[in-house]
Amino acid sequence: MTILFAALALALLGLILGGLIGFTAKKFAVETDPRIEEITNLLPGANCGGCGYAGCADYARAIVEDGVSPANCAAATEENFQKIMAAAGQEAAKRERKVAVVYCSGDNRHAVHVALYNGLNDCRAAAALSGAGKGCRFGCIGLGSCARNCPFGAIEIRDGLAIVHAELCKGCGKCTEVCPRKLIHLVPAESKVHVFCNSLDKGPDKRKICTAGCLACRKCVKAYPELFNAQGFLVRARDGAAITAEQVAEVKCPTGALQTVDSHANPGKRKEGAA
Amino acid sequence: MPSNEWLTITVGAVLVNNIVLSRIMGICPFLGVSKKIKTALGMGGAVIFVMGIASLVTSCLYHWLLSVKLNFTIGSLKVENLDLSFTRILVFIVVIAALVQMVEILLQKFSPMLYGALGIYLPLITTNCAVLGAAQLNAESNRGILPSTVYGLCSGLGFALALILFASLRERLELSRIPKAFQGTSIALITAGILALAFMGFSGLVK
Repeated sequence: MTILFAALALALLGLILGGLIGFTAKKFAVETDPRIEEITNLLPGANCGGCGYAGCADYARAIVEDGVSPANCAAATEENFQKIMAAAGQEAAKRERKVAVVYCSGDNRHAVHVALYNGLNDCRAAAALSGAGKGCRFGCIGLGSCARNCPFGAIEIRDGLAIVHAELCKGCGKCTEVCPRKLIHLVPAESKVHVFCNSLDKGPDKRKICTAGCLACRKCVKAYPELFNAQGFLVRARDGAAITAEQVAEVKCPTGALQTVDSHANPGKRKEGAA
Repeated sequence: MPSNEWLTITVGAVLVNNIVLSRIMGICPFLGVSKKIKTALGMGGAVIFVMGIASLVTSCLYHWLLSVKLNFTIGSLKVENLDLSFTRILVFIVVIAALVQMVEILLQKFSPMLYGALGIYLPLITTNCAVLGAAQLNAESNRGILPSTVYGLCSGLGFALALILFASLRERLELSRIPKAFQGTSIALITAGILALAFMGFSGLVK
């Protein structure tokens, strides 16, 4: 008898509570623009914050309510981007795809270690103590603060050097914020060739601490003055210069600092430096 | 109620019989939402809020419906001394879950600020065992409605304290060189154990 009443009482309770929830849900429903949800689903959902808003849902709200351009989202695929533009009723626009590039080739094979580092496993902490043992004070520290901050898992620390996997990189720029050496840059995805060195030291000094640095020998500048630009003891590819892999091979950079994005990401194929 | 009994309830719930570290309840959010101090703060606030109102409502239910002998007649059927107190766990689960759902809807309508701070954590703790545990402990020790609410709030405070301490330890652990076998959850569990050991130092403060 007691069991029967207990079951009845619980069933009744469930009914009352279900009714109450239904009532409150209907009565106090907050009306939201259905486009906000639609755009939130089209956005990548990584909540990386690269657009400057507090996550994808907040950015979707800003797109719909404040008419902000969806182009600030670097991570959405081109297809979803066009769908978002259509859903928000905005004019079609083109985005420039950017990827991160680590301007350093000093992995453990090439960079000379001058000290043992046993501190916190974080580049910013190590930078406060003049780095994590590598001799170069401009290069990659290699403790992976950028990799941990990447919402898309596009950065790998391989042999003490941060490597960007360009096919995974969405160009949100989270890695550039945490790098204490400021050697990660966002570049247009079309530029595939860079001088992977960040050191402003003089060539001979550089050579003592790293076999992969740019020695500013200017071989590349002499061969293609329209493509490269020497800035002190560091050469940079000119903005928007379309440099081919064949041209890189022809220049024969003596240390291999001038290389393509692909060979930086796959050091097995990299030409060994003149060590 | 004498003032030292209030002290027993509050200090007991926050430190001595801490709901996570001493009673081992609510381990799931304790491990899951403790990677960053910011999320731990949000979760802690949500748990204090939910435990407070859940304890209030469940102790009202317990005192006025479940712990009393019910006498009523339906038509010709006469029911005497019906004791439904054994159903309390079931009733508490359903009531707390429904309550949190309704509170979430109401918050979204009337206080978007509070909803923004706590909203994503509320569904996580609808049927959390720590929330249910506080309600159950109140019923077991037969506390009045006001002491029950205070106990619920203080248990939530104890949970928030443990969660925030643990989150700050884990943030520091992220940067440490940990042997490969201990990385991730294993070092977190070991840390939780040591934190619980530290809280054992409070035992004996309150009986």
